[in-house]
Amino acid sequence: MNERLAQALGNLPDYLGQHVLLSAAALALALAIALPLVVASSRRPALRTPIVAFASLVQTIPGLALMALFYPLLLALAALLSPLNIRIPALGFLPALLALTLYALLPILRNAIAGIEGIDPAVKQAALAVGMTSRQTFWQIEAPLAAPVAMAGIRTAAVWTIGAATLATPVGQTSLGNYIFTGLQTENWVYVIVGCVASAALALSVDALLGIAERGIRQRRRAPLILSVAALLIGVAVALAPLGLRGATGNTVVIGAKNFSEQFILAELMASRLENAGFRTSQRQGLGSAIAFRALANSDVDVYVDYSGTLWTNVLENSESLSRDEMNAQLARQLRERFGVTVVGGLGFENAYALAMRRERAKSLGVTDIADLAKHARNLTLGADLEFLQRPEWKSIANAYGLAFAATRSFAPTFMYRALQSGEADVISAFSSDGRIDADDLVVLRDSKGAIPAYDALVLVSPKRAADAAFLAALKPLMNSISVEAMRRANYSVDRDADKRSPREAAQTLAGEIRPPAR
Amino acid sequence: MTDAAAIAFQSVTVIYDGAAKPAVDNVSLRIAKGEFVALVGTSGSGKTSLLKTINRLHDPAAGAVQIDGGDIATVDAVQLRRRIGYVFQGIGLFPHLSVAENIAITPKLLGWSRQQQSGRVRELLDLVELPQEFSDRFPAQLSGGQQQRIGIARALAARPDILLMDEPFGALDPVTRDNLGSACRQIHERLGLTTIIVTHDMQEAMLLADRIIVMRDGLVAADGPPADLMSKPGDDDVAALFDVPRRQAEKLSALAARARGAGPHA
Repeated sequence: MNERLAQALGNLPDYLGQHVLLSAAALALALAIALPLVVASSRRPALRTPIVAFASLVQTIPGLALMALFYPLLLALAALLSPLNIRIPALGFLPALLALTLYALLPILRNAIAGIEGIDPAVKQAALAVGMTSRQTFWQIEAPLAAPVAMAGIRTAAVWTIGAATLATPVGQTSLGNYIFTGLQTENWVYVIVGCVASAALALSVDALLGIAERGIRQRRRAPLILSVAALLIGVAVALAPLGLRGATGNTVVIGAKNFSEQFILAELMASRLENAGFRTSQRQGLGSAIAFRALANSDVDVYVDYSGTLWTNVLENSESLSRDEMNAQLARQLRERFGVTVVGGLGFENAYALAMRRERAKSLGVTDIADLAKHARNLTLGADLEFLQRPEWKSIANAYGLAFAATRSFAPTFMYRALQSGEADVISAFSSDGRIDADDLVVLRDSKGAIPAYDALVLVSPKRAADAAFLAALKPLMNSISVEAMRRANYSVDRDADKRSPREAAQTLAGEIRPPAR
Repeated sequence: MTDAAAIAFQSVTVIYDGAAKPAVDNVSLRIAKGEFVALVGTSGSGKTSLLKTINRLHDPAAGAVQIDGGDIATVDAVQLRRRIGYVFQGIGLFPHLSVAENIAITPKLLGWSRQQQSGRVRELLDLVELPQEFSDRFPAQLSGGQQQRIGIARALAARPDILLMDEPFGALDPVTRDNLGSACRQIHERLGLTTIIVTHDMQEAMLLADRIIVMRDGLVAADGPPADLMSKPGDDDVAALFDVPRRQAEKLSALAARARGAGPHA
């Protein structure tokens, strides 16, 4: 079997189990909320409009945005409850669950209410006239008559939820979306296809089973209903079994990774180190830059790699420029004091923002320094990654050199390099450890005014693990062990089009190139 | 008449929310036990509104309704409805319940045992002249006339003394209508019911009822046995009402006579 497919399928029990757990829990919670609302609105029809309006409003928020919104909400709630010693995870399962639950409400509510409103008025009159109370009317007449329509709504909700659950990956919840997000990032199309096929297959089989249940209800036959519910329960149990087996061992270390190849590789590298030291690991991949740090501070993530300049300007909100050593010392102190976060140390290379151009384009314009670029910027387009233009570094560079581009465009990192090749962008916000700088024959423009801070790759550890000696000892040998050349090669082996490696394979290669710790 | 009246309306007024005029305007009537009464009148005359005060589907804005001498406003509406049979224009069978379950619904609400319920279903299928194997069918599998027979059986299931019927045969073809009307009259006799039927079909009212109450604009315009009202209608509008079936009957009997006369030569 194809090696990459085999590797993808190796992750399937975990991803599928998490996906099923998340979708089933969201659907169950949505039912638990929606059905009492339906009962209440059957007695008080005036409630129907506001209920459906609210659910429709939620539906207009894009799924990914809804998940992202729950993150700050839960953080605020966590801060509020922390004096009571109640810990709320703001990342991972909970925000994904809440967002999907809200998403599933509309089809359930709308159909159930439509089902009740669609009942022949003569039938409702008859219920009254034969001497039913309003409760009896609901349970004996309205509920069974609305059930087939309501069931169709539950079916729609199930299909939506399973599809939307793939969006849980960026908020740190493992799902079949891990295939899609990782695959998209590393251009591993086998992964993307496996993710799409798996989630589609899951959605279709659940839809088919619920379809049988719906038909059973419509035809008032109990056997198909029981059959399909039993099949669903067995399916959920089978999908969750691998999680249960794994969960039984407990004490799993969570390794975070932002949304680019280097982070995936380093996460794998740390994972194999920790596993060798006897830890169980799970990974939260594709986290947004700010989310990753917050998650660490909240101990939702135990360890990840971040970059000194990012921490200095974005997290600690400092604007002064310090020398590299001074900044790292200040960082370690301030992160510990303010967040309880431990800086284990630097990996030995830097991944700085750098403005890069195609070599012959730079030559023809006579640009070698950002100061030269400033003279031509008015006619050029800047391609940036998704966050660069919002970051203080960009403002600092723009101010220092008086940069004003004709246009700026944002891309996912992989597509940013593509845009430079295709001429859609003239300059990009590259990363200095990126293998594509050499491979694509790009030149990095000199920062003669020192506007871009240092970006040493630092290993950060959560407050929860700060005193775990075995944990820290497993990570220590990685400090100062990776050269920027080794990191570029590893990144390129994942990013290139031909002979691609998975992040795990690249991490294995990188582990072999680790230099002995410098004393 | 004495207090033995099965149903007594005392100055009953019904007003719908937002309506300028009352639907029923200060109506007083007494209906004796065992009477078969037809409430007739045009749409909006108040006949259905008056009917619905009897089982408290509407509560009067003023006045009182008594059953067997007791004010029904003091009785729980749900309990009251279980003691009174009600048959609808729209039939209103529960589509998700079998024929047997439909018929047994009120006995079930009253807490009868399963055995009592199924025994009653068998009796009632006989009473409305439907085969026993209809028990397990669903309403959608029956014809309109069969459905309304089930509707009548359902209304009678808990052995009520009073049967209310709101344009029960309105949606049926003439032959079925006629069959069901006679069946109703027979059941009325056999069970000793007090029956009130709302209809806008004068012919039906005259053929079935002992007494016809004509309503107009919420008031009682005429009240009496069919033959009396035909001969002494009271006013021109009521006379016009009775005129239609009479002229139809005369034409029909002339036609029938001619048919008999022409018969042998045909």
